[in-house]
Amino acid sequence: MRFADIFSRKRSARTAQHRLQVLLMHERIAGSTADLIPILRDEILAVIGKYMTVDLDKVQVKVERGDVVSLLEIDIEIPALARFMLEQRTGPFYVSQTCPR
Amino acid sequence: MAQVLVVTSGKGGVGKTTTTAALGAALARAGQRVVVVDFDVGLRNLDLVMGAERRVVYDLIHVVQGAAKLSQALIRDKRIETLYLLAASQTRDKDSLSDDGVERVIGELRPSFDWVICDSPAGIERGASLAMRHADFAVVVTNPEVSSVRDSDRIIGLLDSITDKAKHGEPMEKFLLLTRYDPIRAGRGEMLCVDDVLDILCIPLLGIIPESKEVLQASNLGSPVTLNNPKSAPARAYSDAARRLRGELVPLVVPTDKDSLLSKLFGRRAA
Repeated sequence: MRFADIFSRKRSARTAQHRLQVLLMHERIAGSTADLIPILRDEILAVIGKYMTVDLDKVQVKVERGDVVSLLEIDIEIPALARFMLEQRTGPFYVSQTCPR
Repeated sequence: MAQVLVVTSGKGGVGKTTTTAALGAALARAGQRVVVVDFDVGLRNLDLVMGAERRVVYDLIHVVQGAAKLSQALIRDKRIETLYLLAASQTRDKDSLSDDGVERVIGELRPSFDWVICDSPAGIERGASLAMRHADFAVVVTNPEVSSVRDSDRIIGLLDSITDKAKHGEPMEKFLLLTRYDPIRAGRGEMLCVDDVLDILCIPLLGIIPESKEVLQASNLGSPVTLNNPKSAPARAYSDAARRLRGELVPLVVPTDKDSLLSKLFGRRAA
């Protein structure tokens, strides 16, 4: 066991309190926007759908809720043909920046 | 093809969610592919005990209603890569779960996992019956305390009547997991002992989890007790129970947390 682990074990109540504060802050806000993420996903996909066909099975939505900022990550797998057609219309398409994995 | 087990109890607060997380993590640590599914719609907590509360996007109801694919709703554990969570919805009510929908989801999970562990809500209503309906067998979590034993008896009756297995005339296997057990108090006659509970409930014993401060410690930190401190008494008891689930013969002993002289001198590892 590392020294830091021993420290965190002693402070587990503080960890619990912090986790609850972050979670409840998000849940209380979410009361009015419960299904915001599916709505966001659908609207983002609708915009992308104007330019190319997207397979809904190839879309991964991830969220990491933080105390200062949250991260919403939407991975959309774009078929090579659609990418080619998009590049014809808009110039180079920086796939590497939107799909790091 | 997965075995589907329901962790149930009737009574609340006896350790269903702790057990689901601990058994799931112990099985996954042994290389099994495991998904833990929270059926407590409206009052989910398995995400919190697993430490994944910040990452829930889609839940069981989204999948049941077709708003998300199963693969999109499964949350992979950050510590063990064969362990997944399917969260319950926090905002919908339990009527959003349809029997057909749950059956379809469980059917979709079966080919991809070795174990599907359904964390039942307390009570005997819709959520609890849906959690047990499609299970292959049940782990009945019971405290050595009169109201918990009574409620477990009621749940055993339901397992024998409303599950798919029972309806098809097949025996529904049930195993007792006795939690928050204090062997010293039981020995002194201040607490129902293992045999007292077994005499009343008449189902095979899967394990005995000793009362331990490690359980609160683990839930504070959002880590299943079998991962947070694998050498602790409850973790060893849960790991033994997980090995029994896999068919191993493991002698039944109640592990204890021994406080060493050093830890007594320098203060306890407080939860």
